[in-house]
Amino acid sequence: MPLLSLRDLAIGSLKPFSNHLYEGDCVALSGPSGCGKSLLLRAIADLDPHSGTCFLRGEACDQIPAPEWRRRVMLTPSECRWWLPTVGEHMPAGMPPSWYEKAGFNPDVAGWEASRLSSGERQRLGLIRTLSREPAVSLLDEPSANLDNRNRERIERMLTAYLAEPGRAICLVSHDQEQCLRLANRFWNIIDDKVRELSELTPTFQV
Amino acid sequence: MSIIHLSIWDLGLCALLVCSLAWINWRQAPDLSSGILIGVARLTIQLSLIGMALKFLFAQTSLPWVLMVCLFMAAMAGREVGARQEHRFTEGWTFRIGLFAMTASSYSMILIVLLALIQPEPWYKPQYAIPLLGMILGNTLNGVSLCLDRLTAGARNQKDLIEGRLMLGEPAEEAIQDQRRQALHAGMTPAINGMATAGVVSLPGMMTGQILAGSPPETAVAYQIMIFLMIVAATGFGTWIANRLAIWRLFDERHRLRLDRLALK
Repeated sequence: MPLLSLRDLAIGSLKPFSNHLYEGDCVALSGPSGCGKSLLLRAIADLDPHSGTCFLRGEACDQIPAPEWRRRVMLTPSECRWWLPTVGEHMPAGMPPSWYEKAGFNPDVAGWEASRLSSGERQRLGLIRTLSREPAVSLLDEPSANLDNRNRERIERMLTAYLAEPGRAICLVSHDQEQCLRLANRFWNIIDDKVRELSELTPTFQV
Repeated sequence: MSIIHLSIWDLGLCALLVCSLAWINWRQAPDLSSGILIGVARLTIQLSLIGMALKFLFAQTSLPWVLMVCLFMAAMAGREVGARQEHRFTEGWTFRIGLFAMTASSYSMILIVLLALIQPEPWYKPQYAIPLLGMILGNTLNGVSLCLDRLTAGARNQKDLIEGRLMLGEPAEEAIQDQRRQALHAGMTPAINGMATAGVVSLPGMMTGQILAGSPPETAVAYQIMIFLMIVAATGFGTWIANRLAIWRLFDERHRLRLDRLALK
């Protein structure tokens, strides 16, 4: 059984799209700027009104309370926001401090003031905030846009480790073609309001 | 103590003062001057009309007439709530939410005041019912419109924050709790400030009026305290109701932040 199924999912100007994600899949979503990549992720996370339905292990999105759906199918935006005074307060209760180390932080980062984080720190910590909640499907919108090479490698290792657990899948928006090739086993491309699955990463795959 | 009547010449002198204010500002700020003049005209006409209407009402003491005036006042207040918003709800929801919140809280307060506290004979005696409702409604209007304005502005300006919380699986109520608290504060602050400064900085208008009209100060003070408490209660309940309804409207059943339900400005 597929982990995540999209059935006739349509939002904004995007045409209805159906496809499946299986356990262990990492699909890279690409297309020119403004083509609706983020919008598609938002529709899967049920953050905007849309037509069509998503299913998680066969269970329809609208049969699951919306907060519960978003805990299982979790979107990480390209700009992660912080609303509580310190970093640690945003993390799930009882999260092991080793999570911070995986992204290259000392565990005392939990006490840092959230308002003073740099954009790269916000991005790495935002990914910890998502992955430590252990969603079944992780929707990632440009997870390494603000990172240097070393930190980009760190988060790629985190994503690989996350995928290695049973019952996980990733849908990734990235403008880094090399990164897509390293992480993804499948490729979706949006052109002219249509989402298409590509058999392999070809020059038509625009990043 | 007899009441000293004001003649038309006394009022004319006051008006002349304000008009001279408009004149000295004419060059630098013509829009301010015209605003002042229009304000003088509106004040004079509206209050003269309401004076005549009150004279008629006080002579009747009829329940249907009092009710009609009360409904008219609430409808005008509902319209004003919408007029003062920067981010209005579509499909007239600002008017609906404002009207419901204000009438539910003001009307129940005025009923308590008339039936349980002052107990005039009959209970709807217009000399009591209409000015008291006016004061309660006016202040509730202020609180409700400030609260709605702050809440909708907060939702629009802090969309990313609220949605960031939704993405982690927080329910709508939790995701907007900071903006909600700020809106409640914004709505209640004028009423709380009013209580804090009463008698120290400002002598409230109703008390001043009663004293000028010859009431002993202790009666005026007792009335003023009662009306103040009622104003705070009505503002508080009205603000709370408006806040709840607005949040219900800002999100849908799938806990999605629906800014498309706010009109573009």
